[in-house]
Amino acid sequence: MVKIEVKGLYKIFGAHPRQALEKIKRGQSKDELLQKTGHTVGINDATFAVDEGEIFVIMGLSGSGKSTLVRCINRLIEPTSGSITIDGEDITRLSAEKLRVMRQKKIGMVFQRFALFPHRTILQNVAFGLEIQGMDKLTREEKAMKVLETVGLKDWAHVYPEQLSGGMQQRVGLARALAADPDILLMDEPFSALDPLIRKEMQEELVELQDRMHKTILFITHDLDEALKLGDRIAIMKDGIIVQLGTPEEILTNPADEYVASFVTDVDRSKVLTAENIMFRPFAVVRDDDGPRVAVRKMQKEGFSNIFVVGPDRVLLGIVTVEKALEAVKNNVKDLHQILDTDIPITSPDVLVQDLMPMAVTAKVPIAVVDENKRLKGIIVRVSVLAGLSGMEVDDNGIPHTD
Amino acid sequence: MEFRIPIDQWADHIINFLRINYRDFFRSIGGVIENFVNGFESLLLLIPIILVIIIVVAVAWRMAGRGVALFSLIGILLLLSMNLWDQTARTLALVLTSTIIALILGIPLGILAARSDPAERIIRPILDFMQTMPIFVYLLPAVFFFGIGVVPAVIATVVFAMPPAIRLTNLGIRQVPAEMVEASVAFGSTPMQMLTKVQLPLALPSIMAGVNQCIMLSLSMAVIAAMIGAGGLGGVVYRAITRLEIGSGFEGGLAVVIIAIILDRITQSVGKGTARKVN
Repeated sequence: MVKIEVKGLYKIFGAHPRQALEKIKRGQSKDELLQKTGHTVGINDATFAVDEGEIFVIMGLSGSGKSTLVRCINRLIEPTSGSITIDGEDITRLSAEKLRVMRQKKIGMVFQRFALFPHRTILQNVAFGLEIQGMDKLTREEKAMKVLETVGLKDWAHVYPEQLSGGMQQRVGLARALAADPDILLMDEPFSALDPLIRKEMQEELVELQDRMHKTILFITHDLDEALKLGDRIAIMKDGIIVQLGTPEEILTNPADEYVASFVTDVDRSKVLTAENIMFRPFAVVRDDDGPRVAVRKMQKEGFSNIFVVGPDRVLLGIVTVEKALEAVKNNVKDLHQILDTDIPITSPDVLVQDLMPMAVTAKVPIAVVDENKRLKGIIVRVSVLAGLSGMEVDDNGIPHTD
Repeated sequence: MEFRIPIDQWADHIINFLRINYRDFFRSIGGVIENFVNGFESLLLLIPIILVIIIVVAVAWRMAGRGVALFSLIGILLLLSMNLWDQTARTLALVLTSTIIALILGIPLGILAARSDPAERIIRPILDFMQTMPIFVYLLPAVFFFGIGVVPAVIATVVFAMPPAIRLTNLGIRQVPAEMVEASVAFGSTPMQMLTKVQLPLALPSIMAGVNQCIMLSLSMAVIAAMIGAGGLGGVVYRAITRLEIGSGFEGGLAVVIIAIILDRITQSVGKGTARKVN
């Protein structure tokens, strides 16, 4: 179900945004507009919809308009034109009073530099939104305490923000945004100011929290790794324009233009690609009722020194090596089961490439990718693990190549 | 040169016009102010001096530490030994009244200036005018409206002491980090909630610095205002000057310095105390 729908959104900064908007709509370029009229285009015709319960990541470099876009959602910045619909209600038309109620109850926000109030204790910070709603002290502090417990900071309730580390402060920021139990979380580069180790920890915690809470999250970042890790879908912004919108895999495998591609090449692919992405389809397998002769012939044809053996429904049974198969042919052994090696490396399709590395290093035979019913889905040879890491695609024949 | 813009005449006319047409208005204001000053003065004189010493020393100790407390004790004993407590009470009553009026007017004006750029553009030059105009120039029209005595002294003192309260309130609020303001808006604050729950608490150190400045300027003006009959410690100094009595002039001056240091240290520590909590 669609939770937030943004249609034809523009934001132009300057003295006469309406006139500038007309010029942009007539096709004037952003640079030309800036030079001639001194207006800056913050958001240029953004259209997208965020589903309920998904993490929607908006990614872009600084100045790409991502922070402006997220601030339009709760109207910290007034859009110049276009509509933003939340639960079917166009929030660009809300009165000041209704807008306040929406900010109090429906939308929580987390800021890049935490923006905690230094004169308030952690508990008072978390209770801030509830206090604004006019909730009495006892109730709001009780609620705030519960939220603090979920982010693991109950024991710090009565200290001031300055006494906490960056990671802890941002947990407070998250708790403050969650205190009023809003449907929507706006997170403006929440982890960018944290050091890498803490950042990773926070990302994992967010995923964990989200599994329990099912909020609709709009997450801003300039870090593609982060976007790929957290996002159910990702919108990539450049110069105020959404240049691509898709799932992490769509963006990785099919970058819409060079701008996106330039991001993607920087990604540490081992953290994103899974076994499924680098395996090739097992075209050369033998059935267990085929004899050793068939196996030998297939191996000779493909130039392999071993071959996987499957039963009915392509359930993986094991592997035979060319030496054993030849010996079986010589000794007139007809049953493949007798020479079957069942002690083979297997993995499932959703395992990350980085976690395949140890197995790939020690395995003497290709790694078999099997689904939950032990059906053979694909084969990974050592070279494709390396190719996957270095950014090369692997074709259906398992041959690495660059574009 | 023949051509001359008669600013002096205009000023005279305006003041005469106001004096004649708004006589009752000025009189009633004057009455209120006079009652205030007299009330504070009698209150100070009513309290047994030993109690005054205990209160001042205790407050100084709590707020500003042992050194200031000790200084306050010695200072007040010195005032007593110079037999200047009556005049000190008068001066303190003047300072207290002026400061309260200056803050009641100044802090809201500072808030207004902080929240509205047009308001700031109007208020700023007026403050420059108030602060750079030689202070004696205020004394004359004040006397015109309110006659000789304590009331014109308070008026002139308020005009002189109010600008830092306005400026530092304005500055303090404007210096509240934009992200704090944004956060409070994002959580649905009304403008009033933002002011009372975020901006004022965060601006408090700066506002307290303004209060401190306001008190110090009040004190210096209250002394000068002796020229128009405000009395107090300034009166002691002024009389000594006209009679060339160097010794008693020095005593009066010393008393002003003692009061100034005690007031300054105590009010400054209030500002610092809040600053420590905030940063």
